[in-house]
Amino acid sequence: MRTDLAVIGAGPAGLAAALAASARGVRVTLVDAATRPGGQFYRQPAEALAASRPEALHHGWRTWERLRDGLAVSAVRVLTEHHVWCVERTPDGFTVNALLGPEQEEPVQLHARAVLLATGGYERVLPFPGWTLPGVVTAGGAQAMLKGGLVVPGRRALVAGTGPLLLPVATGLAAAGVEVAALVESTGPRRLARHAPALAGKLPEGAGHAAGLLRHRIPVLTRHTVVRAHGDDRLTGVTVAALGTDGHVRPGTERHLPCDTLAAGHGMLPHTDLAESLGCRLDGLAVAVDTEQRTDVPGVWAAGEATGIGGAALSLAEGHIAGCSAAAHLHGTAPGPAPAALKARTALQRSAAALDSAYVLPAHWPEQITDDTVVCRCEEVTAGAVREALDLGAGDERTVKLFTRAGMGWCQGRMCGTAIAGLAGCAPTPAKRPFARPVPLGVLARHHPKEGPS
Amino acid sequence: MNPLELAGARPGPSFTVTFDGRPVEALPGQTVAAVLWAAGVTSWRSTRGEGRPRGVFCGIGVCFDCLVTVNGRPNQRACLVPVRPGDVIGTQDGTGHGETGTQDGTGHEEARHAD
Amino acid sequence: MNESLTCDVVVVGAGVVGAATALYAARAGLDTVVVDRGPVAGGTTGAGEGNLLVSDKEPGPELELALLSARLWAALAREGLGEAVEYETKGGVVVAGTDRALAGLEKLAAEQRAAGVEAVPVPPDRLPDLEPYLAPGLAGGMHYPQDAQVMPALAAAHLLRASKARVLTGREVTGILRGPGGAVRGVRTGRGDLHAPAVVNAAGTWGGEVAARAGVSLPVLPRRGFVLVTEPLPPRIRHKVYAADYVADVASDSAALQTSPVVEGTPAGPVLIGASRERVGFDRSLSLPAVRALAAGATGLFPFLAGVRAMRTYAGFRPYLPDHLPAIGPDPRAPGLFHACGHEGAGIGLATGTGQLIAQVLTGRTPDLDLGPFRPDRFTEEAA
Repeated sequence: MRTDLAVIGAGPAGLAAALAASARGVRVTLVDAATRPGGQFYRQPAEALAASRPEALHHGWRTWERLRDGLAVSAVRVLTEHHVWCVERTPDGFTVNALLGPEQEEPVQLHARAVLLATGGYERVLPFPGWTLPGVVTAGGAQAMLKGGLVVPGRRALVAGTGPLLLPVATGLAAAGVEVAALVESTGPRRLARHAPALAGKLPEGAGHAAGLLRHRIPVLTRHTVVRAHGDDRLTGVTVAALGTDGHVRPGTERHLPCDTLAAGHGMLPHTDLAESLGCRLDGLAVAVDTEQRTDVPGVWAAGEATGIGGAALSLAEGHIAGCSAAAHLHGTAPGPAPAALKARTALQRSAAALDSAYVLPAHWPEQITDDTVVCRCEEVTAGAVREALDLGAGDERTVKLFTRAGMGWCQGRMCGTAIAGLAGCAPTPAKRPFARPVPLGVLARHHPKEGPS
Repeated sequence: MNPLELAGARPGPSFTVTFDGRPVEALPGQTVAAVLWAAGVTSWRSTRGEGRPRGVFCGIGVCFDCLVTVNGRPNQRACLVPVRPGDVIGTQDGTGHGETGTQDGTGHEEARHAD
Repeated sequence: MNESLTCDVVVVGAGVVGAATALYAARAGLDTVVVDRGPVAGGTTGAGEGNLLVSDKEPGPELELALLSARLWAALAREGLGEAVEYETKGGVVVAGTDRALAGLEKLAAEQRAAGVEAVPVPPDRLPDLEPYLAPGLAGGMHYPQDAQVMPALAAAHLLRASKARVLTGREVTGILRGPGGAVRGVRTGRGDLHAPAVVNAAGTWGGEVAARAGVSLPVLPRRGFVLVTEPLPPRIRHKVYAADYVADVASDSAALQTSPVVEGTPAGPVLIGASRERVGFDRSLSLPAVRALAAGATGLFPFLAGVRAMRTYAGFRPYLPDHLPAIGPDPRAPGLFHACGHEGAGIGLATGTGQLIAQVLTGRTPDLDLGPFRPDRFTEEAA
């Protein structure tokens, strides 16, 4: 398969980029792992569920309709259920290597002159005792299962952590019939109030969420944190406690809330694996881009959460700018002005920065992780084992990984990277994951002349 | 209100799959994880180190905690794989490659024979 | 923090060779300090598979060093370090796909036996007894019971701990201190001088840079290798299994990509697949052709692996010298400077012997092996 521009990821950024480039006459192929476009933010119920009111699960539905209808009438070729595991540079452009369908066993290659990475992000969860119990899910995971499968994990839930995602998750679960026992936010009310103007600007739906909390009578516990999730083989309850101004749990404030579901989240992290193995420069944990959303690798653009967490509206603006830029470069012209998108991006980046400083991780959070807490969920490495590795001479994430196997399992450190870095006392660094997802050896071998031992 | 009512879903007729040998109702389009959640099941994997139960965590295919054996094929992400009528779903032990004889002979082994 | 100190010997490099050197030096009574610009096992050690191999070496000084090292590893394991470093006497199985390759393998094995290596011929119908999942139709193989394995990063860390040496990580050696007459007096670091009458260059792939700081040349160059790591599996591959052509690749002088499959299980579950060799400088970026070739080789040896997922791949840099032998011993060009680097892909295995030999010369004893072939200044004459 050949195309001019391969856009990887069909969330807000990828959709906006694909539509912008296609409208400017570029042959665009939009590649996504899901069964339908939309990404996490506009995740749609499975087609066969025949939902007549999917908008009941969403905010910004009109924008989605515009994107969806725009895609339907565009010349964009959409490849769903394509799991991209690596993009490689070739003499005349790029080869996108993907695995097909839910089985992810059949390879497919797409050759493109240029690539636009709109790979989105995933949720960060800081470990706490009991976080591996069934019934504890990420806030985004609870939302994804609700939006996509129209299911909820239990009857009585707690939504906890920090960040703007917790509000829609709490109201979404409540609307779907789950009793939400509390929304537990570690950030204090004064800090949130201080950033209220930015929050309002960033989330026009913010007021709607607040009303939702009231309507569903969801108690909000600010400056509180989860101390421990309880249960033997599944979650039966959660102990929460108030945080002091020093970030430590205030003794005597612990209380037990029975529940069968805990939806937890502490912000988002960008997906940068494909960019990293293409050799794109990263800025902290995000892909570094210029004002046109170009990475420092010629022919590679990036937009949306992959370039820094900022929400759907910012992703749309960045995607549009990136799509216009890619089209211009593929045509050999200068990109035309996109004043509206540029203005929106500037304003939204400002609110994203404000949000970032409003919702911070609780101070001293690594100290709260008890030695017996499993930190690496895949390899079942405890915080105690990580601390032993530090004692043995490991001073960074990589050496902890070498000594303990933390981060070497199926998820390749995506779930535990932040915690390992925190325990090691260093800033998280982007992990190198040349394979963005696991690849059967038979698939790798197939593109090589068959060799046996001589 | 439940999620299906909330979204005004009118799915086609439900069908049956099995989980660890017992029948479970499934709706077309749902993932294995959604079907199991709807049936009140929240864990379908036993870790290879401590033998602890696991199920959905991230829900979007990133964490690999929801690995499950479907029709004899181990290490499928339940949150990504759609169900099909007659699917044989089994709790996955450890690596899923059937090492230590701890398989309880329900889903996994049956599925292998059905292959 | 500015920290100057005085000791008997400074070991530059906290990889496995530096760690073993520190251990044997400390045991010989020397006050030892290990310094590294990165963390413990941050270089080639952390990227290694942990091979303690005698099977892949032709008779000669390297094989002698490998046999000495194997005895020392076994002794360390007996002392109680075995579990901590995941020491496994798994043995190696070398297989040949053709009668011609088998003849070559048998000839090599006969020479190795004469040098003290155990090499047991395995007829094709007995290969499944050793490795039930091997591809059918192989011409035969050789079993090397002395081949063993450790977990390299843990090995470096635990040898360092056992040495009780002071370990200064995150501290780069910026210069070698020289006294009157050129004698080495210690090292300069970004955070103070470390004074010692002896300095050991155990900087692995970066050993040439350390040598240059003492004003001497040591032509250590990187030879890149990729390793593929699979999803965790139950124990299915029992030995270190590789094809007979691996030995030829190891000894090759070609700069181009060479791959010959080396496949082994690990106690943690994943199967490790090597070994590619390319000379591309310090380029760490993914080479899909290299990892595709590794996958093709491994699935050729073990067809069941075709359905097994590779979870990750990573690159490391083997430090090689032009004649493929390490530099071990005193450097006559800089009295007080000792080298212990350039072990190419065999540094984990050869670390113990290297450390022991260095400790012996540091304390004025006669080394267990003739250090002539490992002389650090052996390349100077060629260049001149």
